[in-house]
Amino acid sequence: MADTLNHKQNFLRGIIKENPVFVMLLGMCPTLGVTSSAFNGLGMGLATLFVLLMSNIVVSLIKSQIPNKVRIPAFIVIIASFVTVVEMVLEAFIPFLYEQLGIFIPLIVVNCLILGRAEAFASKNSLMASIVDALGMGIGFVIALTALGATREILGNGSLFEMRFLSEDANTLILFILPPGAFIALAYLAIVFNRLTQKNG
Amino acid sequence: MVKKKESTLVNMVVVLFVITLAAGLSLGYVNDLTLEPKARARLAKMVRSLNIILPQYDNNPIADVYKFKAEFAKDSMAIYPALRDSAFVGAAVTGTSDKGYSGIVRLMVGFEPDGTIKNIAVLEQKETPGLGTKMKGEKFLRQFRGKNPSSFDLKVEKDGGEVDALAGATISTRAFSEATQQAYDAYLEYRQKIGKPDN
Repeated sequence: MADTLNHKQNFLRGIIKENPVFVMLLGMCPTLGVTSSAFNGLGMGLATLFVLLMSNIVVSLIKSQIPNKVRIPAFIVIIASFVTVVEMVLEAFIPFLYEQLGIFIPLIVVNCLILGRAEAFASKNSLMASIVDALGMGIGFVIALTALGATREILGNGSLFEMRFLSEDANTLILFILPPGAFIALAYLAIVFNRLTQKNG
Repeated sequence: MVKKKESTLVNMVVVLFVITLAAGLSLGYVNDLTLEPKARARLAKMVRSLNIILPQYDNNPIADVYKFKAEFAKDSMAIYPALRDSAFVGAAVTGTSDKGYSGIVRLMVGFEPDGTIKNIAVLEQKETPGLGTKMKGEKFLRQFRGKNPSSFDLKVEKDGGEVDALAGATISTRAFSEATQQAYDAYLEYRQKIGKPDN
């Protein structure tokens, strides 16, 4: 009983209390780089979720075999392998998303969220706990990226998931599609998120 | 706390070797698995673009591709002729420009036999999302359809031409126009080379 309760807390922690984007501010490169539309944010989030889940599983399984001094190179090789798998699979089966995300897929390797979870959690915890942790953190990441992408797409392009509610000629706040808009939107979303979660806590 | 292996030299070398070996083998395996679907996805995209920009055809333009090295372009130009009942009904020509806002803009332009633009498909671009990427949009592409570059100046209005630039993306529009012009030049050269086909 205590164990399941722990899993639940563990899972929710990644989404709310330690949300990787809004609270921990981890993995800012893909967060700011690809979230120009809700679909891109969702795609990037799911790709990251997959890599995070797989790397947490593998790291947790072989944690006792990795000597401490070479743990970082070992983690990076494992993460890089899964990222390459994601890249190849996306190119083969979802070419549309592959084109949209472009250079940001290989960059998942250096997403500190994934290395951070491998180092701080999976290398010290059981397989089950690591899976739950990866799912919680990953889903927290997906939610954050989709929310940020949606905000930027609505304000900057007048559409949501490519469904337009403003005409193509409408004057939208183009700033939000451009890089500076990512910082501005992220800052305000983080404020809103922390405000809401504080009340709940 | 989990007990870890000692960080002796032998342990470290062996562990890293095993991990990289396993990673390499599994990547090779996935690569083999996805090789065919990847090629199919690329081909499907090509066929989709050809269908949009060419008049109705009954040959296989990809198999009938004609490649030649043009003076005005760095890469060799590819021309996909469309035939119906063995008569030449048009051709799709690739055009590239590296003057985009971020990197290469690659297009495929469909021409009717007299050089009139039938339609344009964007194959590759890395322009700013929401600004330059609107070059894929119907509203922008519409102005090129049915225009013959011999009378329609393929330059942005700001540069004295007739192309209506995308709002906030003049550079992207310039690259787009340049790539279209290159495709047209290649098409003219192609027509000269193969002689005037009957139409």
